[in-house]
Amino acid sequence: MEQPTTPPSVVYEHAHHIDAHEELGWWRKYVFSTDHKVIGIQYAITGLLFLLFGFGLMMLMRWQLAYPGKPIPLIGPWLGQSRAPMGIMLPEFYNQLGAMHGTIMVFLGVVPLAVGGFGNFVMPLQIGAPDMAFPKINMMSYWVYYIGGVIMLASFFPTTGAAQSGWTSYTPLSVITATSGQTFWLVGMIFLITSSLLGSINFITTIVQLRAKGLSYMRLPFFVWAQFVTSFLLLLAFPPLEAAGILQLMDKVAGTSFFLPSGLVISGKPLAVAGQGNPLLWQHLFWFLAHPEVYVLILPAMGIVSEIIANNTRKPLWGYKALVYSVVFLGFMSFIVWAHHMFMTGMGTTMSAFFQTTTMIISIPSVVILTALLLSLWGASIRFTTPMLFALAFLPMFGIGGLTGLPLGLAPSDIHLHDTYYVIGHFHYVVAPGTIFALFAGIYHWFPKATGRKMNELLGKLHFWGSLVCINLVFMPMFIQGLAGMNRRMYDGGAQYAHNQGVLHWNVVQGYAAWGLGLFQIFFIINFFMSLKWGKAVDKNPWEATTLEWLAPSPPGHGNFLTEPIVYRAPYEYSVPGAAKDFSPQFEPEKA
Amino acid sequence: MNIPYTVEERPDSGLANGKLGIWLFLASEVMLFGALFSTYIILRTGATEWPHGELSVPLGALNTVLLISSSVTMVMAWAMLKLHNWGRHRLYLLATFALAGIFLVNKYFEYSDHLARGEGPSHSTFLAIYFTLTGLHGLHIVGGMVVMAYLLGPGAKLWKQNPDQFTNRIEYTGLYWHFVDLVWIFLFPVLYLL
Repeated sequence: MEQPTTPPSVVYEHAHHIDAHEELGWWRKYVFSTDHKVIGIQYAITGLLFLLFGFGLMMLMRWQLAYPGKPIPLIGPWLGQSRAPMGIMLPEFYNQLGAMHGTIMVFLGVVPLAVGGFGNFVMPLQIGAPDMAFPKINMMSYWVYYIGGVIMLASFFPTTGAAQSGWTSYTPLSVITATSGQTFWLVGMIFLITSSLLGSINFITTIVQLRAKGLSYMRLPFFVWAQFVTSFLLLLAFPPLEAAGILQLMDKVAGTSFFLPSGLVISGKPLAVAGQGNPLLWQHLFWFLAHPEVYVLILPAMGIVSEIIANNTRKPLWGYKALVYSVVFLGFMSFIVWAHHMFMTGMGTTMSAFFQTTTMIISIPSVVILTALLLSLWGASIRFTTPMLFALAFLPMFGIGGLTGLPLGLAPSDIHLHDTYYVIGHFHYVVAPGTIFALFAGIYHWFPKATGRKMNELLGKLHFWGSLVCINLVFMPMFIQGLAGMNRRMYDGGAQYAHNQGVLHWNVVQGYAAWGLGLFQIFFIINFFMSLKWGKAVDKNPWEATTLEWLAPSPPGHGNFLTEPIVYRAPYEYSVPGAAKDFSPQFEPEKA
Repeated sequence: MNIPYTVEERPDSGLANGKLGIWLFLASEVMLFGALFSTYIILRTGATEWPHGELSVPLGALNTVLLISSSVTMVMAWAMLKLHNWGRHRLYLLATFALAGIFLVNKYFEYSDHLARGEGPSHSTFLAIYFTLTGLHGLHIVGGMVVMAYLLGPGAKLWKQNPDQFTNRIEYTGLYWHFVDLVWIFLFPVLYLL
């Protein structure tokens, strides 16, 4: 295929041309910036803060589960009468914490960090683009996300509190709960969805249109492929949730009954609505988004891990083409598995059979990807850097998360496990020690590119080993609790049920593990700020990597590259026999 | 720093950035309205009774004619730019804007008629989906009018500086406008006739 030429005259006229744009004022440069790198960092920092906040909500819940009815130490007295009188958590507040922990971690933490942060910062650099295709829309995407986040946070302030019907907001419960929290949630979600749509249009256009000369699709780094497929999922799966959000908002505000069936009786009184609605419709529309959303959470993580594994094994990725075809197939399949979340709704055996089959099929490309990454390690002399440790941990952690999902994808076993802590354990293995570990790996890996300084290895390793041990102690017992039948939504852990008695003591262990996990994040926070100022200063390619972002200066200026990048080879040409060094970057021409 | 392919087409994709962007946006819009139409189907097939003849077919038919005409004038506005006929372009774009305005006035009469009879969205599931679908469609009309107003007003200066880019903007606006028109062509039979 003939490669198009980026007109060099347009982009790289002279160095002073780039300098002319450096004179922007402080507000335009750091706050209302259209530079993809600044926007990426804004997304990443905001996402990290939301992750910390969502983690804080979780620690409150873990206290309540470990010691039901005991006053919360330290911050208990500050929570107020409507949440925790005398520091003792009310069930309503526990429900709010559960709903908002899920919402914040998924929609305000992980996705903005993985897609908005890493996608924005790394992807245009890796394809050799001067910026995103639509820089102003990129800025708008961040600020719309920011407003959505503020609305979600603001929903805690009314005395009736935030949304409390689970992060899934199942109807009719979410509609008939007469607090303002759910309305805040819906409006916030509409902002977050709009932000994702703007972002995904930008990502796809950038990848299709702005690849450097010589960068064909099969030479793209795997991270770019992962972001490409992720963007299609966001683009096509989010609008149905937007539609569902609008419909539920109509139910809340305009008194319609899209999701309220006829003859609904609340507290002995018939509900005064027109009826004829369909509560299951919400679940279909919600999961039509929320299953692809799981792949939105995991694909960028796989992309990050692939980059880091290739770099630290000093070998090409094993089965690059298989990885690419798998990720594309995974994207397609993720649209037709959603009702495996709904085996308990009595939807009939034909539907169940269909969705069980597709669910089993979608596990194949996931296994191909994981296997290819595992085989990439074979025979390598691995550099055990901090990012590599996190990337390596991703493999078994995601493996556990994936394999424990199989019994949930089959209706007979799912009926036993549905709504127990087993589901929580499964999902969190995928997203917490899976995706979030990959995101930490990415931060340690690309920090030198963003700042020109490396993060401290000793603090990084303390952060890694401590987090790895603690996070497993939080989530592994959930499988035991879930298999025993412990329900996921009980605000005292289900202390009054006989079948829970044998597994309740794990809650204390999980509590200590959660505090420990929190403490080990302090190493990361110290490392992050310390390295900004005192980290080891590095050149543009400290990891001796092969992809295009390492051609740009660290940190790259506005417009990214000093000369037009041209791509000469596949993305992971490490240890090429006969080459002078063990890495042959994409941007270095073949020696004659 | 300039972004490549903002105006000219990239040879291997055959597209300028904006054109790919607007098509992707329309793909997401298809999913948005697709979900709402699916909602309509599910609610209607699950209903024990479904009202007929609640809406004024003549007004709806008039609005259909208005929107189809506005799509034609929109194409003409673009074609006139290709012919470098600035005056005619302004006339056709203004006509599109006016037709969209008349559509909204009609819609206002329809809405106020229902509300005056106390038949708001909460009255029945049919009216709920009617108000939601046509309301969201109406917002899309308003959005299109805002863009047209910009291209008639401050945005028109671009024609002098970069006629190709301005022509592209009119083309992308047109693509969006045809989509909004197409949604109505589905809405009219589904809500008024069936």
